[in-house]
Amino acid sequence: MKILVCITNVPDTTAKISFTDNDTKFNKAGVQYIIGPYDDYALARAVELKEKLGGTITVLNVGEAESDPQIRKALAIGADDAIRVNCDPQDSYFTAAQIAAIAKEGGYDLILMGRESIDFNSGVVHSLVGEMLGIPSFSPVMKLDIEGSTAKFAREIEGGKENLEASLPLVLGCQEPIAEWKIPNMRGIMTARTKPLKVVEPVAVDELATLDKYTLPAPKGACKMIPADQAETLISLLKTEAKVL
Amino acid sequence: MSILIFVELDNGSIKKTSLEAIAYGAEIAKVKGTTATVLAIGNAETSELASAGAYGASKVLHANAPELATENAMAYASVLAAAVQQEGAEVVILPKSGLCDSMGARAAAKLGASIVSGVTELPDLTDGFKVKRSIYTGKAFATVAVKGAIKILGIKKNAIEAIAGSGSAEVVGFSPALGSGDFVAKVISQEKASGELSLTEADIVVSGGRGMKGPEHWQPLLDLAQSLGAATGCSKPVSDLDWRPHHEHIGQTGIKVAPNLYIACGISGAIQHLAGVNSSKVIVAINKDPEAPFFKAADYGIVGDVFDILPRLTKAVKESK
Repeated sequence: MKILVCITNVPDTTAKISFTDNDTKFNKAGVQYIIGPYDDYALARAVELKEKLGGTITVLNVGEAESDPQIRKALAIGADDAIRVNCDPQDSYFTAAQIAAIAKEGGYDLILMGRESIDFNSGVVHSLVGEMLGIPSFSPVMKLDIEGSTAKFAREIEGGKENLEASLPLVLGCQEPIAEWKIPNMRGIMTARTKPLKVVEPVAVDELATLDKYTLPAPKGACKMIPADQAETLISLLKTEAKVL
Repeated sequence: MSILIFVELDNGSIKKTSLEAIAYGAEIAKVKGTTATVLAIGNAETSELASAGAYGASKVLHANAPELATENAMAYASVLAAAVQQEGAEVVILPKSGLCDSMGARAAAKLGASIVSGVTELPDLTDGFKVKRSIYTGKAFATVAVKGAIKILGIKKNAIEAIAGSGSAEVVGFSPALGSGDFVAKVISQEKASGELSLTEADIVVSGGRGMKGPEHWQPLLDLAQSLGAATGCSKPVSDLDWRPHHEHIGQTGIKVAPNLYIACGISGAIQHLAGVNSSKVIVAINKDPEAPFFKAADYGIVGDVFDILPRLTKAVKESK
């Protein structure tokens, strides 16, 4: 069983978002970076599957050297080796093309990643990778088991879930509750230091979309407080003032 | 060139977010002096599909092969790519949803097209083709220059207002060849709550947090939701505790909603929850803690006991009708 887990290096979910350089660059000052929360679920499930079935886990990041602490953390959690495609990805198609190029060489049975990155929230990379490799892709996957060469999994659909079966290889975009996040132990942290991290340069891709500039939403006005003993007036305010009823 | 719009069907009816997608595509078609064609996949009456004309579409391609009756992102992507090629479409519009993100992406990879998901406004066509999209889970926006010969856009709810005019679209059957490779997954079963309002489509959402004290205390919230015709959601701790089903979880790692009105009952307003609701037009927070962070993100707030306030609001809604 060869598993490829793709992780993003993203600002922590509580990070304050701001921009520099005339609103063309994300302001990294004081921002803590983490493994994308959805990717972290995918990694946790991969580690469980490896414990059960044997095999290897390669962790892949498309990003610059600042991703390395998160890659080391993934190695500490249980991945065996890592590949970083050295670039600053700005477009889903570009990112997917890098993943597909690595995946073609590696011959993986299972390619796992989060359902979306929490910086760009596109939710398209897994499907792009699947199509580029000519293999099926599914998302968002919330339960996954492997029996022989068959994956048995559940996908969230609107208002419920769908149980599916498909043959490997597959690309899956994952979300909770596929597994519990794992915290690296001391032994994992020690061994992660010497596990191989290969840095490769990106493959050429046609430029399909580029970032022009960033903007922040208009600041929210003050909250209008309604005394609890007059709660009913909320309904008329929503009708006449906010005009949403 | 032309504009192609994919619409999602819910029991044979075009979803509201898809009507917005039609209006969005039709507006671009108007500026570019071309026509807007709709692609619908699955069962629907011709009269329902023809109503796309009221939102500016001139033609509807209807793919209705029996194999396409169940949602299948891979097969739908093949149909979409075939429609793009048949129509010579240069701009493809989809409403943002899990299905549309997946099928749009696979179609983009087939066509070598640009794909931008989470678009919040009409494109700026004065200098190339630029769109504004939501990033950092609604905490910021990015303007993206879309450069592919074919451009696939996933538009967020409320990117444009869909106003029905007059007009009817011509409905034509569409039967591209379907490859077996798109039907490799076996659907074992589906567990779907029936008769529930869709959270992502709903105009009003009433949502509960740990302040609701337990699953057995949900009735006042459900009553308010019913009186408003609202969908119900919950915070992450609530779905983690199994008080409510996982598909109701709203937030950073759950469903992102963008209703006209979001009513948060007993939810403190952790930043991860706010990330899932910050695209709502109007937010109401009800919480017994006056320091709850939700009040900083809300338009209206009531400090009080949800079990006292909710039944009174339900009564006020009923009396105001």
